[in-house]
Amino acid sequence: MFLNPFEYHRAGSPQEALDLLNRHEGAKLIAGGHSLLPLMKQQLAQPTALIDIGRLAELSGVEKQGDSLRIGALTCHAELASSGMLATHCPILAEAAAKVADPQVRNKGTLGGNIAHADPASDLPAVLVATGATLDLMSPQGVRQVRAVDFFVGLLETDLAENELITAIHVPVLGQGSGSCYLKAEHPASGYAVCGAAVVVELGADGNAAAIRLSFNGLATTPVQCFPVVGALTGTDLADEAIDTAVNSLLSVEDPLGDIYASGEYRVQLAKVYCRRALKIARDRARG
Amino acid sequence: MADQGKARILGSAIKRREDPALITGKGRYTDDFTLPHMTHAVIVRSPYSHAHVRSIDTAAAAATPGVLAVYTAADIESSGAPGTVPTAWLLPDIKTPEHSLLAKGRVRYVGDGVAVVVGETRQAARAAAELVEVDYDPLDAVVDPQKATAEGAPQLFEDVPRNISFDWDLGDKEKTDLGFEGAAHTVSAELRNNRLIPHAIEPRAALADFDEHKGELTLRMTTQNPHVHRLLLSLASIGLPEHKIRVIAPEVGGGFGSKIHLYPDEAIAAWCAMQLKRPVKWVATRSETNLTDAHGRDHVTRAEMALDAEGRILGLRVDTHAAMGAYLSTFAPAVPTYLYGTLLSGQYDIPAIYVHVLGVFTNTAPVDAYRGAGRPEATFVIERMMDLAAAQLGQDPAEIRRRNFVAADAFPYATQVALEYDSGNYEPALDKALEAAGYAALRTEQKSRHDAGSSKWLGIGLSSYIEACGLAPSQVAGALGAQAGLWESAKIRVHPTGTVTVYTGSSSHGQGHETTFSQIVADRLGLEVEQVEVIHGDTKEVQFGMGTYGSRSAAVGGSAIANGVDRAIEKGRRIAAHMLEAAEEDVVFDDGQYTVKGVPDQAKSWGDVVLASYLAHDLPEGMEPGMETTAFYNPSNFVYPFGTHVAVVEVDSETGDVELLRYIAVDDCGNVINPMIVDGQVHGGVAQGIGQALWEQAVYDDNGQLLTGTLMDYALPRAHMLVSFELDRTVTPCPHNPLGVKGIGEAGAIASPAAVVNAVMDAVSHRGIRNIDMPLTPEKVWRAIQ
Ligand SMILES: Cc1cc2nc3c(=O)[nH]c(=O)nc-3n(C[C@H](O)[C@H](O)[C@H](O)COP(=O)(O)OP(=O)(O)OC[C@H]3O[C@@H](n4cnc5c(N)ncnc54)[C@H](O)[C@@H]3O)c2cc1C
Repeated sequence: MFLNPFEYHRAGSPQEALDLLNRHEGAKLIAGGHSLLPLMKQQLAQPTALIDIGRLAELSGVEKQGDSLRIGALTCHAELASSGMLATHCPILAEAAAKVADPQVRNKGTLGGNIAHADPASDLPAVLVATGATLDLMSPQGVRQVRAVDFFVGLLETDLAENELITAIHVPVLGQGSGSCYLKAEHPASGYAVCGAAVVVELGADGNAAAIRLSFNGLATTPVQCFPVVGALTGTDLADEAIDTAVNSLLSVEDPLGDIYASGEYRVQLAKVYCRRALKIARDRARG
Repeated sequence: MADQGKARILGSAIKRREDPALITGKGRYTDDFTLPHMTHAVIVRSPYSHAHVRSIDTAAAAATPGVLAVYTAADIESSGAPGTVPTAWLLPDIKTPEHSLLAKGRVRYVGDGVAVVVGETRQAARAAAELVEVDYDPLDAVVDPQKATAEGAPQLFEDVPRNISFDWDLGDKEKTDLGFEGAAHTVSAELRNNRLIPHAIEPRAALADFDEHKGELTLRMTTQNPHVHRLLLSLASIGLPEHKIRVIAPEVGGGFGSKIHLYPDEAIAAWCAMQLKRPVKWVATRSETNLTDAHGRDHVTRAEMALDAEGRILGLRVDTHAAMGAYLSTFAPAVPTYLYGTLLSGQYDIPAIYVHVLGVFTNTAPVDAYRGAGRPEATFVIERMMDLAAAQLGQDPAEIRRRNFVAADAFPYATQVALEYDSGNYEPALDKALEAAGYAALRTEQKSRHDAGSSKWLGIGLSSYIEACGLAPSQVAGALGAQAGLWESAKIRVHPTGTVTVYTGSSSHGQGHETTFSQIVADRLGLEVEQVEVIHGDTKEVQFGMGTYGSRSAAVGGSAIANGVDRAIEKGRRIAAHMLEAAEEDVVFDDGQYTVKGVPDQAKSWGDVVLASYLAHDLPEGMEPGMETTAFYNPSNFVYPFGTHVAVVEVDSETGDVELLRYIAVDDCGNVINPMIVDGQVHGGVAQGIGQALWEQAVYDDNGQLLTGTLMDYALPRAHMLVSFELDRTVTPCPHNPLGVKGIGEAGAIASPAAVVNAVMDAVSHRGIRNIDMPLTPEKVWRAIQ
């Protein structure tokens, strides 16, 4: 497959990236290129110019800011997977990043690119929703903040405006008494998630579930949260049977996604199994 | 031969001589060659699986800057070239509709070529290809070989009713029916063998260069059999005399069979070069490869087995619809017939077998030989039936196999389906595999998991396979319809200093011939492998040869080399006797020395003798100078490797996910030339077969669109999806070739699909599940469990 001709510009700063984007009609940002280039090869995207933000060091890395972590949008999956900061304060994001495809993809693909591309089969969107992340979106007008749960709008569709750049992702620190888990069924060809379950559990002083957040990839065009299950289990001691009953009876998805590899009905079954398993693992991790 | 104490080169795991260049990127493949004034061809392909072509407008494309020419079938026709790709294996009453290089008025699968654009650059040609306007009138399509034979199904060719290209059978129908009449048990099943895409790592490519003054064409191309391609190109495609065509296979990056066949594209590149008098390069994109490389398998089979009360097989009936795709590819008709029906006796003494096969046109890519070619399909049928019979009779799968094995003292053994097994000893391989697996302990664990109510079910699957390879002899192949002989050639050129260049008709494309063939020569002559050079893959350098496929190169190509070397040794013996003033019968050759029997200090080295042959100062009366021999080896029979493989799987009963826990392979390929290369062949074959069982499938929708056209949809096995294979061997030498070797290239792919599927079925059989079609994706397994 061959690419159509395009211009190439390398941005030296986030500001310059925005300027270049503004100046070139039909331009697109490129980070790791692992989602954009495949689209271009199939002629599904035909940008007139690529604005390369791949070398903007200031947009990369993980740092602790109070009770949340600031993750630069250009941090690649391999860095997330091996980050000590994440392992301590938000292990589910490292766990999910480690499950993205293969080493090559993890070395090139970035967190910002992953969520900007918003593939329903990606691993990281549901994790950001489950952790309650917020995103910094920078435009010539300044920086605005959007909650991850509001950012994902549809199939390959987000709240990101054409003149905006994701600069950072903030995830709350998961403190004492919390546990999390990401499980996925991997597509044997692409490595993408056929279904991925992200679970965060926070236990109260009494050992019961004070807060639960569930989010799934692969079921719908945007991450699916399952509030009835959350409602049924919050406040309980998360006994195995309670988890099984709640998930089996209350987890449902309307019009789940399906394809030749896995039907919607089967994906919902996977969601149930992984939800039960992930809840139990997260619970056990929370108990320490 | 080497004396005791000194390690023999034959049988030692020396590293592959070809690898340093290949793994440091120094290998030169077709696309790595650039010629002065080279141009680039791009084929315009049909997006419809079945359509009339009303008209083709090439004006806009031809007017694009950088475009040299746009051609259609009409141009090829008016050039006077034969313009076809032929079928080279014919069956009685077979229908072989013409397959023209570019479609004439009708396209029959997505990817069928309708025009070719030649440009100064690949980009220019590609851009112009999009401007070729083809007016299609779409027709209904059919992609399933069973549905294609129904009355009223869309028909691909006017003169091929119900799309049946051939209707073939083998075996004694009446005798088989009788076997069923008296049977205590009968077992039947509907088995599908999934369609696979070969996925050689190097896409097909051609670089054609025509010297108009000499009238000579040089064609570098991705081929497993350059001489056969030259012959077919000459006769059926471009019409240039054979001696004016030079086909070169540079490094070839794998084939798995897909580069045996002649395709239109390479011939079109050659024809374009002749028109334009400029070199033309054509390289398939990965997507083109998936659409147009001949696919493998795609069988729908109904099988029935009759057994007596003790589980002895009384008869086997098999009825198969084999998809041929849109056209009959080069050797396609042989695959579901002589490479399939003949293998249905497996390792078993079956008194009556009848097999009936329909070869059926479908609106899909053509189907032809793919690693194993017919034999994986046959092994799948017989090995699945063995397990179904075991389950029905309540017998252990290992025991029912043992009960039916051809006895060790029954060889040579004539099957009911036309083969004579040369040698075999099936029980030791089974025993070794069971022991390596810890079979009894696995069964205990399986039971204790069940008793404990575990949701992770254990399954153990066996596959006792037979392979017939080194297809032979040529007389028989001819009688069965082959339009080619099945021998192999070798020229042994001994240089005055005693070093050797071997010219072999085999054509390595990753197998390691340079290494194994030089081991054969070095071992016989007492040389180091570095003193032997192996030349292959160039019709101008090498005498006619048949190429590399069907696990034939060691058994047939290697035997030709051994015979050629032995002829040189014989000539040397006469010279040595003359030099030593001894009787010829008294001179022996061992480890590079001619000695007089009983007088060990009376000796002449190989080098001395060879030099004497070239000096020719004092040769025996009437002897010609020089030391060069040619051998054409025509085997007297196939060779029959065999073995037993064991797969151990865990099925997650909640998700249907199958995890391969262990894979044990005990193979017998006769004498082993290089154990590391043999293990490598087993590894690759097993991985491909596991891929077929669990992940791989070319899926066409009802309109004939390929839904798994990219590697994001078509799942090839990758290292992290597999386990470390546990390999072992037994050695039962081939009695009829000079090396005692059998083949090993395809064994892994032949044995493993059945082993894995049997393992999964073993895990789920307590739920009354008897069959799930490959690939055993989690959803299919989960649905079966529901
Ligand atoms: C073979 C393969 C397997 C994969 N498997 C998985 C998997 O299992 N799980 C998974 O989650 N993902 C998977 N991916 C996707 C991978 O994670 C991608 O790298 C990621 O989705 C995109 O990141 P990128 O940096 O490569 O983005 P790019 O391809 O560079 O960009 C993607 C899109 O995001 C935009 N963009 C990039 N950065 C920014 C930014 N900072 N601000 C605004 N817009 C931006 C671009 O303009 C473009 O539209 C796979 C990819 C491949 C090729």
